[in-house]
Amino acid sequence: MHIHAYEKLWLALSIVLILALIGTVTYGAVGPGVAMVADSQSTVDAAALDEDERFSEPRVEQVGENEYEAYIVAYQFGFEPSPIVVPANSTVTLHVTSRDVIHGFEVVGTSANTMAVPGEVSEITVETEEPTEYGLVCNEYCGAGHHVMEGKINVVSQSEFESRGGDSE
Amino acid sequence: MSTAIESEQTFVDKFPDEARVVRAAFLSSFFALLLGAIFGIIQTLHRTDVARIIPSTDYYTVLTAHGVFMVISFTIFFLVGLFTWALTRSLDRPLLNIKITWTWYGLMATGMTLTGISILAGFVDSIDMSADVLYTFYAPLQAHPLFYAGLTVFIVGTWIAGADWFRTFLAWRREHPDERIPLQTFMVLTTMTMWYIASSAVAASVLLFLLPWSLGFIDQVNPTLTRTLFWFFGHPVVYFWLMPAYMLWYTVLPKIAGGRLFSDPLARVVFVLFVLLSTPVGIHHQYLDPGIAEGFKFISMTNTMFLLLPSLLTAFTVVASVEYGARQRGGTGLLGWLTNLPWRKPEFTGMMLAGLMFAAGGFSGMVNAGMNINYLIHNTLWVPGHFHLTVGTAVALTMMAGTYWIWPQISNKPIYSSQIGLFQVVLWFIGMALMSNAMHAQGLLGVPRRTAEPEYSGFDYPTMFGGFEELNIQIAIGGTLLFVSTILFLGNLVLTMGNPKVSGLAEPLPSPVSGAEDAPQVLDNLRLWVGIALTLVVLAYALPIAAIINRGGLLGPGVGTYPVWLAPLFDALADAAAPLFGAVADLSASVVEVVR
Repeated sequence: MHIHAYEKLWLALSIVLILALIGTVTYGAVGPGVAMVADSQSTVDAAALDEDERFSEPRVEQVGENEYEAYIVAYQFGFEPSPIVVPANSTVTLHVTSRDVIHGFEVVGTSANTMAVPGEVSEITVETEEPTEYGLVCNEYCGAGHHVMEGKINVVSQSEFESRGGDSE
Repeated sequence: MSTAIESEQTFVDKFPDEARVVRAAFLSSFFALLLGAIFGIIQTLHRTDVARIIPSTDYYTVLTAHGVFMVISFTIFFLVGLFTWALTRSLDRPLLNIKITWTWYGLMATGMTLTGISILAGFVDSIDMSADVLYTFYAPLQAHPLFYAGLTVFIVGTWIAGADWFRTFLAWRREHPDERIPLQTFMVLTTMTMWYIASSAVAASVLLFLLPWSLGFIDQVNPTLTRTLFWFFGHPVVYFWLMPAYMLWYTVLPKIAGGRLFSDPLARVVFVLFVLLSTPVGIHHQYLDPGIAEGFKFISMTNTMFLLLPSLLTAFTVVASVEYGARQRGGTGLLGWLTNLPWRKPEFTGMMLAGLMFAAGGFSGMVNAGMNINYLIHNTLWVPGHFHLTVGTAVALTMMAGTYWIWPQISNKPIYSSQIGLFQVVLWFIGMALMSNAMHAQGLLGVPRRTAEPEYSGFDYPTMFGGFEELNIQIAIGGTLLFVSTILFLGNLVLTMGNPKVSGLAEPLPSPVSGAEDAPQVLDNLRLWVGIALTLVVLAYALPIAAIINRGGLLGPGVGTYPVWLAPLFDALADAAAPLFGAVADLSASVVEVVR
């Protein structure tokens, strides 16, 4: 098969580009440690979230020094807790599920983004910085009221977080 | 070429029966394009808050209609028309039995009509029917059974179409045992091979889970499983839309440019790569899904990145073929040859602009495919911005431009106005440049896709590349230009159909510079490629699907049915049908138990 010299060069450059793209993602995973939403959490009965120890009470709780866990339920058409209050300068692991249909969970203007699937639990870990407020939207169509489904994530100072009793409910 | 010899026959002269099927398929396609465009303009102006003529709750009916009519009816009806033309033309023999051909056309048209009715009924409150599930129909959102049943009939129609083409090819093979498969036929057969593999999963999802569930025979489904089966189909389907455009770029565009295809062997390599790689990649739409291990996502990403290869090769071959054409027309210099191209022909300029936008779409696609950077744009308006460059321009604009060339061949009627055609394709390019660019930018601000009212009460979007409002204006203007462009295209075609028939329109396609004799025989060994493709699919999907079923069960962990008002309806239906279906339900329940 005859392949023109320029075409061979183009082919080689294309393969370099492809390997470079795969390489950057691999580096992101093993270097800076960008983790994917995966299958780390066990499944949950979406129709009986009130009997599940993780989601019976949507909340943010302290689990270590500057380490927090948040349990968040998406539903038609909102998020619990509302707002989600987390402390500044800490590591927060978000656990997100849905009690009805598939929703999205997107902290606007950041890369904190995941699907919320009934029966499954998404886990993402974020680092908070200074106190601020973020918008939270559902970015997957979930029914006729989809466009009103929004929430808030309030990053507050450690002292304010503690004065609220450490729980955002 | 205008120097076509008087005695040269057009496609319709030679194959009048097949030409009638091609015209019917194209007209079905363009009818869907008209409906899709009407819903498109309603949606653009609603989303950007320029004009809201419907309540926001109806926005999702509009969105479902726009999606289904554009990417299922418009694209696939065009494909079956083009493939019927290409296969018949390149084999130079009629289809085996035109009644079978009309049968599959009839099934596709019937199926799409049923699905269309179930969607449009969502606008009428007094009709107890809706399918507001968007093009992706993710369970537990549920549509009326007619929606799923119609899609099934439509897909079965495409399967019979493929069988029709394969049988005609085999008949040709018996008459020509030693010849290479003609290039256009090779493209048809490889694309349909990919389609059989891809559509098997969505057929399984609909027939085993979604249709029985919508009829009330089973109470719930596993949302991750049906979603995964959808994307098993949902990514290769984008290549199903794209392959007709590739066929036109490879086999018609070089001719219009005044030259010939640069390399037949590499065209075959490209189509083989699509057979191999277009299916084991669907999980890249699920990077952000819980319940799927990171390793499976990584495998899918690697395959996806290699899928760039056939498109990068296409970029080279198409540009080289066009340059060859320009130099044949006297073009010289490093870039000077660009002035020796037929830019006044809408079929040429349309396809070139479509190719240019496909390159831009390719780059935004690389961002989507990157597993980590995908977090930034997943389900934001970036994503529709991306696919309006690919399916919305590379495919749609090539189909419109290709129509200007092919319609005279299948009807003996010259195009009513090339000037309107040229204006129309350029208008599409400008409209899409505005709309798509602004959609990408809004996506980076975090504006979600698929929403009636992207403005929220609790927060404002950050400002970069212009603010949210300014980008909305660009989207609204762009969308309006696209609508006008579509109407001009359809109007031009209707006026063309009113033209009298003439002779002398034939434009035969030249053979490539490097022909099939240069292509290794192994490329034509379809059995081999099917075998490898199936192996790759099993490697990419067997473990993830097993893991999903193992985690959530075949019918899902405790998930209900939405909208809730449907549930009592189905209970009543199920009660009424209980004597009839009781046995079936028992049987399927026991099967489910065994499988579990």
